[in-house]
Amino acid sequence: MSSQYHFAAEEQRTAEQASGYFGDFGGMFVPEILIPALEQLEQAFYDALDDASFMAEFNQLLKNYAGRPTPLYECRNLTGENEGRIFLKREDLLHGGAHKTNQVLGQVLLAKRMGKSRIIAETGAGQHGVATALACALMDLPCVIYMGKVDCERQQPNVYRMELMGATVVPVDNGSGTLKDAINEALRDWAASYQDTHYLLGTAAGAHPFPTIVREFHKMIGEEAKAQMLEQTGRLPDYAIACVGGGSNAIGLFADFIADESVRLVGVEPAGKGIDTPHHGATLTQGSLGILHGAHTKIMQDENGQIEESYSVSAGLDYPGVGPQHVYLQSIKRAEYVSVTDSEALAAFYQLSRSEGIIPALESSHALAYAIKLAKEVNSETLILVNLSGRGDKDLAYVRNLTNTEEAR
Amino acid sequence: MARYQQMFERLKQQQQIAFIPFVMLGDPNLETSFEIIKTLIESGADALELGIPFSDPVADGPTIQEASIRALANSVTPAQCFSLLEKIREFSKDIPIGLLVYSNLVYRNGIENFYQRCQAAQVDSVLIADVPLRETELFDRHAKRADIAPVHILPPNPSEQTLMQVAKRSCGYTYILGRAGVTGTETSAQMPAQQTLQSLRDYQAAPQVMGFGISQPTQVQQAKAAGFEGVISGSAVVKIIAENLADKPEMLARLADFIQRMKAATT
Ligand SMILES: Cc1ncc(COP(=O)(O)O)c(C=O)c1O
Repeated sequence: MSSQYHFAAEEQRTAEQASGYFGDFGGMFVPEILIPALEQLEQAFYDALDDASFMAEFNQLLKNYAGRPTPLYECRNLTGENEGRIFLKREDLLHGGAHKTNQVLGQVLLAKRMGKSRIIAETGAGQHGVATALACALMDLPCVIYMGKVDCERQQPNVYRMELMGATVVPVDNGSGTLKDAINEALRDWAASYQDTHYLLGTAAGAHPFPTIVREFHKMIGEEAKAQMLEQTGRLPDYAIACVGGGSNAIGLFADFIADESVRLVGVEPAGKGIDTPHHGATLTQGSLGILHGAHTKIMQDENGQIEESYSVSAGLDYPGVGPQHVYLQSIKRAEYVSVTDSEALAAFYQLSRSEGIIPALESSHALAYAIKLAKEVNSETLILVNLSGRGDKDLAYVRNLTNTEEAR
Repeated sequence: MARYQQMFERLKQQQQIAFIPFVMLGDPNLETSFEIIKTLIESGADALELGIPFSDPVADGPTIQEASIRALANSVTPAQCFSLLEKIREFSKDIPIGLLVYSNLVYRNGIENFYQRCQAAQVDSVLIADVPLRETELFDRHAKRADIAPVHILPPNPSEQTLMQVAKRSCGYTYILGRAGVTGTETSAQMPAQQTLQSLRDYQAAPQVMGFGISQPTQVQQAKAAGFEGVISGSAVVKIIAENLADKPEMLARLADFIQRMKAATT
């Protein structure tokens, strides 16, 4: 879908302002009061990228604190002999349990650089909250995490983890009680606190410069995976697959492959109970263009422009918006976006646990489910790279409960 | 837009400033909302600032969020809000009416279409809470084509560049934020530096109106003394609605009393 409005090309826009766009998607749709904070962040970010000492500290933390590089592992048992070969980029082994830690380390360093003394963040699955809490413990910064009430309930262990590391978790019970409401609340906090507070947004969505910062601080996922694929197989993968909530782990995997046109980039969204029902979060395949949380992007909305509530078994994918760069990649047909239902994702969750001894996050199980389906349609020459964005520990109680209630039926 | 001009001229002659209440269209439902707005007008409101309910109002505190929620719970749609606006315009031909909305409501069915509907309903101005100056060109252009005044917000401690842009672009009136944060009465407005108001005048900005955190007559007097030509009070008005949902006559009586007291402080 192309946009009928060419925001990026507006006559009065300076080149700098146009840089906040991916095609016509993105921008800075926030109240005027937040513009200085976003512009300060943008400046600090570009300065930091050019600052060798900043990058050295970031890379040192990634290596010695977070455990980079993460392994690339070719599944032994997941696929049959004549099926495609599946390679897992093991972000589940990163400190914190998900890819989220990468960019959070980058952003807390930026916060320090800007002299901010307090961090706020939203979280869905709690993984971004956990990553933010650990980074703030590390940097000795007070932090407040907004988390939808529904999400607090389905991701209890992560709430406790955040609190253990010294974060204050604020349950948000207005709206749907999920990620979008947590973002609303964080934005409201920031409108009053921006002078001393950094809003550490957790995904590749939101206003410029967040989608760019989050991509740049996650793009080592794809860079490492590319080198590891070359080392292990001598060539590039045919597919690079990642789940898409707001789009951070997907853009982190995709970024370094965008110029490699032989690599098909596939983003997997949550189809929830089915895309023919209202209970899904497949923004890129089912949504329409709109403006939410600071960006001109695809969103789930009704005919009047009210934002609809998304649904997914996985809290981290339960978001009715998406990062603007994914909308752009879709519009130029460089990436494709598909969806996978709750039950397909759960099946993949069980299958990886049994066949490889790896318990994936429910979010990552979506990418995996699509890869398993795809592997059956191709042959053993086909190399499928999957971003295993996180581990499933946080989901254990929830999945166990689901299974028990299903057995009880 | 002429309505704003006439109002500010009249008030200047009478040595008053404008008192502008904000309420959400359709809160708590369409019928009561019309009665509420008639009460505001009859009690002395000089202009109206009206919201269209939105699911994700990031610039609003709890009081105005709840107003949206009440209206949406009663399935109030933008189309119904426009019908209500037409009724209000029928009731008062001269009162300036400003809309305060979120961008997705403007964007959803075509930006030009939104402003044409505003024009048809004889709305005077539109302020979009989440469209800052750097994104506003396209919206302003469509507004002007439909003869709607685009209003812009001046945040506290603005840069010279922001101040100049707001002065240049805001039509009808200039909205000066009384403080940082979201809407609500929890923290009060602060008077901005005299220099800010002077600079706005030097740039020939539209009349300066203060909003956010205004809930008391003394603040109206302070704003007048500081040189403002009007004040907007939202959460304090909406709170009266919220606290009297079960007793409509009481609600309307309290609203009338509040508006009269605030208006009296402008003289
Ligand atoms: C393990 C994991 N994967 C994926 C996601 C989805 O986010 P994104 O699309 O930004 O990668 C989350 C979000 O919480 C997550 O925890």
